[in-house]
Amino acid sequence: MTADLTVDELLFDHAFAKLPEPVALVVSTHLSLSPAGRARYAACRALAGVLLDTAEPEPLAPDAWSRLERAIERADPIRVEQQGPPADPRVPPPLRRLVPNGFEALPWRNLGPLQEVQLPLSAQGYRTRLLRLAAGKRVPRHTHEGHELTVVIEGGFRDEQGHHLRGDLVIADASVDHRPVADEDGDCLCLTVIDAPLRLTGPIGRLLNPLLRI
Amino acid sequence: MRDLRAIARDGDRAAFHRLFDHFGPRVKAYLRRLGSDDETAEDLTQEVFVSIWRRAGQFDPAKASVATWVFTIARNKRIDALRRDRPTPGEPDDPELEIDPAPRGDAIAEFNQLSGLVMRAVETLPEEQKRLLKIFYFEGKPHSAIAEELGLPLGTVKSRLRLALGKLRALLGDELA
Repeated sequence: MTADLTVDELLFDHAFAKLPEPVALVVSTHLSLSPAGRARYAACRALAGVLLDTAEPEPLAPDAWSRLERAIERADPIRVEQQGPPADPRVPPPLRRLVPNGFEALPWRNLGPLQEVQLPLSAQGYRTRLLRLAAGKRVPRHTHEGHELTVVIEGGFRDEQGHHLRGDLVIADASVDHRPVADEDGDCLCLTVIDAPLRLTGPIGRLLNPLLRI
Repeated sequence: MRDLRAIARDGDRAAFHRLFDHFGPRVKAYLRRLGSDDETAEDLTQEVFVSIWRRAGQFDPAKASVATWVFTIARNKRIDALRRDRPTPGEPDDPELEIDPAPRGDAIAEFNQLSGLVMRAVETLPEEQKRLLKIFYFEGKPHSAIAEELGLPLGTVKSRLRLALGKLRALLGDELA
């Protein structure tokens, strides 16, 4: 069973900045951790270049060039330098503004085998969280209204779609009723975004549902 | 590509003028299609090219063609402009503008080859799919607006777009494996 949304569509949408901010954050994090993802993304960016290059030009104001010449008189080149103190290498670059002091400094909330922390993004209708599932533990069976996008930051987990490791981007939707289980060799840390509340579907999950909003 | 190097190394105005002549009106077209009024598009185009001037030294031909790089700067400027009134603490850095710490020697040729392949792949798409790609991505219209504009059911617009992307990916598949 696969979701109705594909990673490829997300990558093309990202190249053209069509994604809402929380989803763009997941995709950027995926790209920062996955060489295979970056290779796929290169084609999406190339398409953007092709569409720009072949676009019907829109005439600029007659003074556009002289205006630009004046503006660059005052502009210094931007050099790439290491800004600030070296960041925690465990935190992927796209997450550094939200996780400035490392994962351990975040206000984790315990939910049994699972720990979670909400990330402060203002986009309406999305829940953006970091989740940490203890080694070998299982998330209660649940299904999704809307989509749940997950990128693995550390460790790995299995669900019915397969085995997912660092950098993998996993899409689950209402057609996926899954019970992710963390690998035995360490905790699994993920960034996850959902665009609708989840429903727990197992017998215990149904009881927990109002309390434990995974 | 040579122009960007000349801009970065020598502050070459003539090279910059050439780049502006070609891409300026296209960047403006992109911003207009996405809904900016004429004045805003003109102002943003200026900002895009000031950025290009200042960042020319960061252009990495292993990671993007000139067109892709110019597009990325325009794309990001537009996001900045949209969020100017609503600063968001969580805005991720754009990995595309970062320099690859370990570029592979053959990567430059690869990206140029990829751009050529994508261009040819787009050419082989049926006219309607080409148009859909352009309207959906370049003009930024949502599925619903396209459905209305073309008089097609929403589901058809979605499935044809997906078909177009699938074809592109299939044509490129072997190159990107």
